[in-house]
Amino acid sequence: MSAAASATIGFDDVPVLASRFRLQWEPAQQAHVLLYPEGMVKLSNSAAEIVKRIDGAAPIGAIVADLESAFPGADLRSDVMEFLEIARERGWIGIETR
Amino acid sequence: MESKPGNPLWLLAELTYRCPLHCVFCSNPIDYVRHHSELSTDAWIKVLREARELGAVQLGFSGGEPLVRDDLEILVREAHQLGYYINLITSGVGLNEDRIAALRAAGLDHIQLSFQDSTRELNDFLSHTRTFELKQRIASLIKRQGYPIVLNVVLHRYNLDHIEEILEMALRLEVDYLELANTQYYGWAYLNRDQLLPAPEQLVRAEKATNRFRERVAGKIKVYFVVSDYHEKRPKPCMNGWGSVFLTITADGRALPCHQAGMLPGLSFPNVEQSSLRTIWYESEAFNAFRGLDWMKEPCRSCPERFNDFGGCRCQAYLLTGDASNTDPVCEFSPHRNSVQTAIDGIGQNAKSGSQLYFRDDRNSRRLSSR
Ligand code: SF4
Ligand code: SF4
Repeated sequence: MSAAASATIGFDDVPVLASRFRLQWEPAQQAHVLLYPEGMVKLSNSAAEIVKRIDGAAPIGAIVADLESAFPGADLRSDVMEFLEIARERGWIGIETR
Repeated sequence: MESKPGNPLWLLAELTYRCPLHCVFCSNPIDYVRHHSELSTDAWIKVLREARELGAVQLGFSGGEPLVRDDLEILVREAHQLGYYINLITSGVGLNEDRIAALRAAGLDHIQLSFQDSTRELNDFLSHTRTFELKQRIASLIKRQGYPIVLNVVLHRYNLDHIEEILEMALRLEVDYLELANTQYYGWAYLNRDQLLPAPEQLVRAEKATNRFRERVAGKIKVYFVVSDYHEKRPKPCMNGWGSVFLTITADGRALPCHQAGMLPGLSFPNVEQSSLRTIWYESEAFNAFRGLDWMKEPCRSCPERFNDFGGCRCQAYLLTGDASNTDPVCEFSPHRNSVQTAIDGIGQNAKSGSQLYFRDDRNSRRLSSR
């Protein structure tokens, strides 16, 4: 399924927000938005919770653990992975392999 | 169907109509000399605050050339504090190391540099000044300040065949994003339309070359190719709908739903010096004129595409059919499609017959707006 060019993402990898991207809470939209040159996207609550935890240092495993302690009872691994794949594909984030 | 309109998300501040360049494809109004008075710094700050309160978050400073305003740094700082994402849309003329550093310190997020062409001669001809080398220098200055280089090149009959050179130039300049935007025929570009319209073959060739380039540089440069809507079958979803998310404020303070709308007859566009933006956005007649779908005529009225393209562009409908509430005539279903077709069929003849090319300058603006 996945193209050879984009290696699969692992738990030790570190997501980094693309340069010039900014996450911001917008009261008028009652949502977090990701702002970038000449564009923006409105994030769902769950997507925003993931992006908030991307600080360029935390590996994916830690992000998942942190989310699961904030939202107990949920198995968020696959949701997080799925979102990160999409975010990388759209150029919102880069993934640094460790 | 009709619900309360959403809030503006994009604010375009056309700070001034002064510009050191004279591009033949400029989309500024032809009668821009009539709007030479400019809002003060304080008036702009008020605009920024009010629009932000309404929900605008993406901000473009454009013009004319926004760098000719010496309060640009002040406005950027204010906008940054308000939480805008700030884009500067510039020809680069007037930018130097100190100015970029100051804008950066003030919180500027992004710079979009416009470039006319890759060959010195053509560039100088089309912008009517010697700016090519300057832009090359500016691009590297921008990079040194840590900004990505976003290069916007307006495409038309006279440079489409130079697409390879343009692409190579982008590579040499280490551009991060390249926007190849076919001319949109408004303002000066509309005036010069019959000269600028490319032959369909030129477009096909250029798009192919662009795709080959994309493959070759895979990922290094993001390349956008904005098609020429005259050559398409369906219109663009202009402004995402009238009065839906875009708000333009002109140099002299008029509020417009799009930066072309000032030319539409019969609509009086409110001025920010007389009303609050909240009143203008939600209550003015002008912003409500083509909001939603109720204003539509056939064929849009019953077309399933109306939710996606909003019937296209009101200004294009007006320019080509004389009635802004008609279907955008680039649409294949428009009864006025022939107005576009005639222009396309005339390509070549019109350009060859040497009809005049008008450079955007004060003299031409004065002459043409007194007609
Ligand atoms: S298109 Fe050219 S003339 Fe028009 S504002 Fe931009 S740089 Fe100036
Ligand atoms: S008829 Fe109107 S709504 Fe339908 S595709 Fe054409 S412009 Fe769009």
